[in-house]
Amino acid sequence: MIVAVPAIALCAALWCAIPRSGRAAPLVTVAGSFVTFAISGWILWSLRLGGTVVTAVGWIEMDSLGAVLLALIAFVYFTASLFSWGYLNADDGRRLRQYHANFNLFAFSMLSIPCLSELGLVWIFVELTTLLSVLLVSYEQTAEAVEAAWKYMVLTLIGATVAVLGVLILFWALHTAGSTDFTWSGLRMHAAALPRPLVEVAFVLLLVGYGAKIGLVPLHAWLPDAHSQAPSPVCAMLSGVETTAVLYVILRLRDVFASDPSLHVGIWFSVVGLTSVGVASFLILQAHDYKRLFAFSTVEHMGLILTAASIFTPAGDIATVWQMLAHSLAKSLCFYAAGAVLVIAGTREIANVRGLLAESPTTAGAFLFGALAIGGAPPMVVFLSELAILWSALQARLYAVAVLLTLFIVLAFFGLLWRVTTMIGGEHRLPGRRLPAACALAIAVAAIPVIVFGVWLPGGIYDALRSAGQALGAL
Amino acid sequence: MTPLGELNALVLGFFIVATIAMTVTRQVGACLQVFIVQSLLLAASAFLLGAVPFSWHLFALGCVTLLSKALVIPWLLRWLVPGEIYRKREIGRTLDTPATLLAALALTFAGYFFAQHLVKAAPNLSAGNVSMGFAALLVGLLVLAVRVEAVPQLLGILAMENAAFLAGIAIAPDFPLIAELAIAFDVPLLAFIVALLTRIAYRRMGTTEVGALSTLRERSR
Repeated sequence: MIVAVPAIALCAALWCAIPRSGRAAPLVTVAGSFVTFAISGWILWSLRLGGTVVTAVGWIEMDSLGAVLLALIAFVYFTASLFSWGYLNADDGRRLRQYHANFNLFAFSMLSIPCLSELGLVWIFVELTTLLSVLLVSYEQTAEAVEAAWKYMVLTLIGATVAVLGVLILFWALHTAGSTDFTWSGLRMHAAALPRPLVEVAFVLLLVGYGAKIGLVPLHAWLPDAHSQAPSPVCAMLSGVETTAVLYVILRLRDVFASDPSLHVGIWFSVVGLTSVGVASFLILQAHDYKRLFAFSTVEHMGLILTAASIFTPAGDIATVWQMLAHSLAKSLCFYAAGAVLVIAGTREIANVRGLLAESPTTAGAFLFGALAIGGAPPMVVFLSELAILWSALQARLYAVAVLLTLFIVLAFFGLLWRVTTMIGGEHRLPGRRLPAACALAIAVAAIPVIVFGVWLPGGIYDALRSAGQALGAL
Repeated sequence: MTPLGELNALVLGFFIVATIAMTVTRQVGACLQVFIVQSLLLAASAFLLGAVPFSWHLFALGCVTLLSKALVIPWLLRWLVPGEIYRKREIGRTLDTPATLLAALALTFAGYFFAQHLVKAAPNLSAGNVSMGFAALLVGLLVLAVRVEAVPQLLGILAMENAAFLAGIAIAPDFPLIAELAIAFDVPLLAFIVALLTRIAYRRMGTTEVGALSTLRERSR
């Protein structure tokens, strides 16, 4: 069954690639993504109490951590499909067809990552996420979009090349330890027997290589550019789930590296994580483009997840998965709201958007709601996940980590709020375009879990988060 | 050292020279030819290492490298990227030739000595492949740093990938599937997409000097 999820996205891509399918392509994408989400939800439900689904031993396997990620990717894929329907409706049939074929292929590459257990294949699909999204980033075909796509491609492919060497060295280490079971579980089983020098070099190469793709500071240069130029539904996918899917790979390997105490994985994770959170919170203060604003917030959230993973306690692991969920849900909503503002205002410049509330109260409300949600305001889902991280850090007596995180989170929150409120209020001077219904529907659907999971976490979701935390390692 | 090992050492020497040559070759077309030579040398090293003891993984890797990197990628690039870029234009660089060569030599030494840390962990493998792989990886990064044209930048990425696999064939000769699949599908796809992006850049901006693009940045207030 788990193979069906990426397979549906692939079928949708093939259908959209058929000539003369232009106007039907958005419908096919929405239908395909909805079925994908429904199946992913069912898989998550069946794995919420733990266990593993095995389709091909050593190649295609999924546990609850993979199931959480799969469901998140499928949800954002569905809402992004809905948003794309309204957002790009004015384009001609050929471009529409190309967009949707590419969009579904991009979703296929991401949906495959949590389904796989063999590290070599995982690396191939991580590289494919870049290759299949480059032309989506450059979709507008302006000089700026081409520049953004080029930077995105070059930096993340350098990262992929560095990471492949790390993957090969890890395989070498496993081989030296007498095994060829190059899967998540195989590596963890033999972690203690892996030669230390090889594990050390593999750790550095994988952290740097995948870190470039995740957008960890100082390898984040591509991220604000790509997110400011790509169409908003693509930004939602890139920012909401692509970065999270690659971070998932590093988190999966955490305990393999942690088996070498001299490597101090926890310290590395917290230093890189806190640096990312800190630098991003200051960058948020000086952003002039509201899509870049949310891009910097992604860098902040990736740092937060990495810092949470550095705590190495059961509570910290649940908080890590919770933050992954909260980030994906809230960040995709933010980019839909940003896309709605772009439709209404026709500009990405914060300074040129004033009086949004007077012009379009719905869009202004969604934008403010998104900013508050991603900033961590109560009672939204990010508030609870950030609180869980801080509480875990305090429980583990990591006081410096807790204090620094609190400072940076508060700084980022006020930075976001300051920028967004200047756009909402003020003198009304916008061109007055209307928001397509499909865009409004996508925003409404995306907003539901952001608020619901903030005030009430259903038992099934809590069980899934707990099992995913256990799968991560420390319980 | 066995005769095959000696031959492999010679191939590795030429491999690093070819990678350094990619940093200083002035014409885009010549840069592509040097990349083909580098790919042929990677395939040769795979055949030599896979001969004794026989490894069908390494032979498959060598064959796929020949097909993909020495034939398909050059054909794709010639087909999709406007011909005048290869014929007329010289490459602008961010560093002049002597400085680039010095930097390449420094990176070669750095990569070589860094790899010694790894080689000590497993004395039986082909240490030369690991050392030269790391050195060429760093020099490949230099290609990306000094080139401003789109095609040489792509070739820099592919040169880095060749370098990673040069080390990979020594440390993981029976690696399950990844190397063959990656080279057979990922790399031509990469070349195809980059060539398409280069075409778009050329059509929209009249130039393929992607390294000189710098409009997207935070403005100081």
